[in-house]
Amino acid sequence: MPLTANLLVFGRLLRSLGLDISGAHMTDAVEALLLVGLARRDDVRYALRALWVRRRDELPVFDAAFDAFWQDHGERWGRRDLRAIGEPRTGISIQIETVLPELDEAAGAADADDSERPLPEGEVQTWSAVEALRDRDLADMTPAELAQARAVLESLTWDPGEKRTRRWAAGAGPRIDLRRAWRQSLTTGEMVTLPTRARTTRRRPIVLFADVSGSMERYSRMLLHFAHVLTRANHKVEAFVFSTRLTRITLDLRTRRIDDAVTAAARRVPDWSGGTRIGDALRTFHVRWARYVLGRGAVVLMVSDGWDRGDPQELAQQVARLQRSCHRLIWLSPLLGTADYRPLTRGLVAALPYVDDFLPVRTLRNLEDLASHLNRLPPRRAPRRQAVAARAAIMPS
Amino acid sequence: MSTEPLVRSIDDVQARLAAEGYVADRALATSIYLAVSLRRPLFLEGEAGVGKTAVARALASVLGTELIRLQCYEGLDVSHAVYEWDYARQLLELRILEAAHAVDRAAARQELFSETYLIKRPLLRALEGKPGKPPVLLIDEIDRADEEFEGYLLELLSEFRVTIPELGTIAAAEPPIVILTSNRTREVHDALKRRCLYQWIEYPTFEKELAIVERRVPQADEALSRQVTAVVQELRTAELYKTPGVSETLDWVSALVALDRHELDPATIEETLGVVLKAREDIEAMKGERLTGLLSRAMLHGVRKSG
Repeated sequence: MPLTANLLVFGRLLRSLGLDISGAHMTDAVEALLLVGLARRDDVRYALRALWVRRRDELPVFDAAFDAFWQDHGERWGRRDLRAIGEPRTGISIQIETVLPELDEAAGAADADDSERPLPEGEVQTWSAVEALRDRDLADMTPAELAQARAVLESLTWDPGEKRTRRWAAGAGPRIDLRRAWRQSLTTGEMVTLPTRARTTRRRPIVLFADVSGSMERYSRMLLHFAHVLTRANHKVEAFVFSTRLTRITLDLRTRRIDDAVTAAARRVPDWSGGTRIGDALRTFHVRWARYVLGRGAVVLMVSDGWDRGDPQELAQQVARLQRSCHRLIWLSPLLGTADYRPLTRGLVAALPYVDDFLPVRTLRNLEDLASHLNRLPPRRAPRRQAVAARAAIMPS
Repeated sequence: MSTEPLVRSIDDVQARLAAEGYVADRALATSIYLAVSLRRPLFLEGEAGVGKTAVARALASVLGTELIRLQCYEGLDVSHAVYEWDYARQLLELRILEAAHAVDRAAARQELFSETYLIKRPLLRALEGKPGKPPVLLIDEIDRADEEFEGYLLELLSEFRVTIPELGTIAAAEPPIVILTSNRTREVHDALKRRCLYQWIEYPTFEKELAIVERRVPQADEALSRQVTAVVQELRTAELYKTPGVSETLDWVSALVALDRHELDPATIEETLGVVLKAREDIEAMKGERLTGLLSRAMLHGVRKSG
C-alpha cells in the first residue's frame, strides 16, 4: 500500500530530525488517517502532528518536513532538501548534519571524524601537580591543565541542597498517617503506634548564566567546561550564555562527550565575544524562560565581570527581579580576588545590592570553595533588603 | 460498544463546538476528533489564558456528558485525586457496632471497607461512565503536580483501572475522554506525552478573538469589542512579563461595559489597565507615550482588519 510506505518513509525522516516516533506511533497514524481521510492535505497534517509531535519546538520542524515531503513524495529527496529544512532554524541544523551520514546510503560507513576521539588526558596525576594548579588563573591554563582541572571539578560534590515539596509520604514526620493507622488497627485490633507522614524533599535546580562577551572571552571555554561538569553532576541544571543576547545551551550540554557538548553549545551562540548587555539578556530570560525554569526554588549562578554596556537602571531592575524569583542568587566574578580589585564597574554597582553572595571564580580553588559553599547553603532564603537598596539607588518606582 | 459514533467527522466536531460557543480551528478540531474516536488522551499546551480549559467544557456539552475536573497542584496525591476512605464515618460505625456488642472482626472489616465509606475523587469517578456516555475528564495544569503523580497518571491512562487494596480493582466500562492541560511551567515527562495526542494552542488571531468576544460579551458595542481586541492583540506583541490571555480580553470588555464606556481612549485604558496586565512592571511600561503609540497602532490594525 503506497500510503503506508510513504508514511513509513515520512516517519523515518521525522525520526532523523529528532522526533521520537515508535512503531506503535506508525500504526496509530494509519488508524488515524483511516478516520480522517486523505481528501484534505491539512487534515492529514494535523492528524499526524497531533500523534507524532510532543513539544512546541518540534512543531516548526514537523511542518517544514511535512511540506517538503508531501509536496513531491515519491520523488527523491536528498541532502539538499533536508538541509533546506534545517537551515533557517539554527537549532536543528546541527542535528541534521549528524544524521545525514545515516540517511545517505551512498555514504555507507560513518565519517572518519565521527569515530571516537580520545579525550585529552584528564587524570589527576599527583597531589603536588594539583596543588600548583589550584591557584593558577583559569584563563591561563593549557588544554592539558584544563583537563586536569576538570577532573578535580568532577570529583567534587555539587549539591545546592533540597527544597521541601508539598508532597507527603510515609516517614518520620509531623503528620499522623490516618489511613495506615486505621488499617493497622483493624489487623491488630488496637492503635498501638501511630504511623506518621513527612514532607518529601527534592534537590534544588541550578540555573547558570555565563557571560561570554569580549571581556570574559578568556574564561569562556572554562565556563563551558564548568557548565558541563555541573550538568553531569546534578541532573537539574539549566545553562544560559549571554553577551548581547541570551542563548539557552542546556540541551547541548546534556551530551556526554565534553567536546561535542562544547562545540554544539558554541555553535548555537550567535554573538560570541560581543558586547555585554546583561539587563537585556535577563529581560529575555524573564519573559521567555523564568516561568519554565525558576519555579522550583532554584539557586542561580551568574558568572560575569560586570562590564556592561547597557542601561544600569535596567540591569538593576532585572537583577532585582531575578533575586526575587530564586532561592539564592550568587554572582561570580573572575576579577574578584585579584590584588587590588574593587567592584566599581557601573554594572556591578547597580547589580550588587540585589545579590546574595558575591564570590570569585578566577582559580580552581575558587571553584572548590564555590562547591563547598553550595553544599552548605542554608535551607532558608538569605535576608534581603531590596527596598532599602532601591531607595539608596533612587530607582524610579 | 455503541453503534453510533460520538462524533462523525472533523467538520462535525468544528460545527458542534461552534454551536456551544467555542471557536476551534481545523487543527484543534482534528485533534479532538481523533481524541474522541481513538479514545486517546489529548494533551493541550499553551500560554495561560488561551482557552485550554474551555475546550474540555465545550466538548462535554457537545457530547452531552459530565465534565469531571481534576485541578492539579503541588502535593496532589492519590487521596485527593483518586479516592480516600471516610475515616470519621468508619470510626463512628465501629463505635456503634461496639456499643451493640455486635463486633465480628471479619464482618466488620468487610462492612467498613465497602463502597459506602469510599470517597470518590475525580479520577475514580471518571471510570464510572456508562457505555456510550463517556465522561470528559479534565486534568487541569498537570505541570503543577509532582513528577511522581505523573507516573501514577501514566498507569491509569493506559489501563483505565484503579486498584483499591481493600476493595479490589475497578475498571472502566467506558473509558473517559481525557483532556490534559499544561501551562508549561515545567516540561511534562515524555512517557506521559507519548500516550497522548499533542496540541499546541496559540493565542487567537484578531478575527477569532473578536468572534469569541462577541459571543461571550454580546452586550458590548461592536466598536468597543473591536478596539479592545485590537489593543490586546497589540499588547501581545510587546515584550511583557505576563502576556494577557483571552480571559483578560473578556474581563476587560466586561469591565468597560460595566463602567458604561463605549470607546477606548488613553485615559480609559490607564484607569482599567489593571484588568489586562497583571505585573506591576508591565503596567508601568505601558503608561504615557507607549500607551498612545499602542492605541494608535491598534486602531489602525482594527480598521484595516475591518476594511
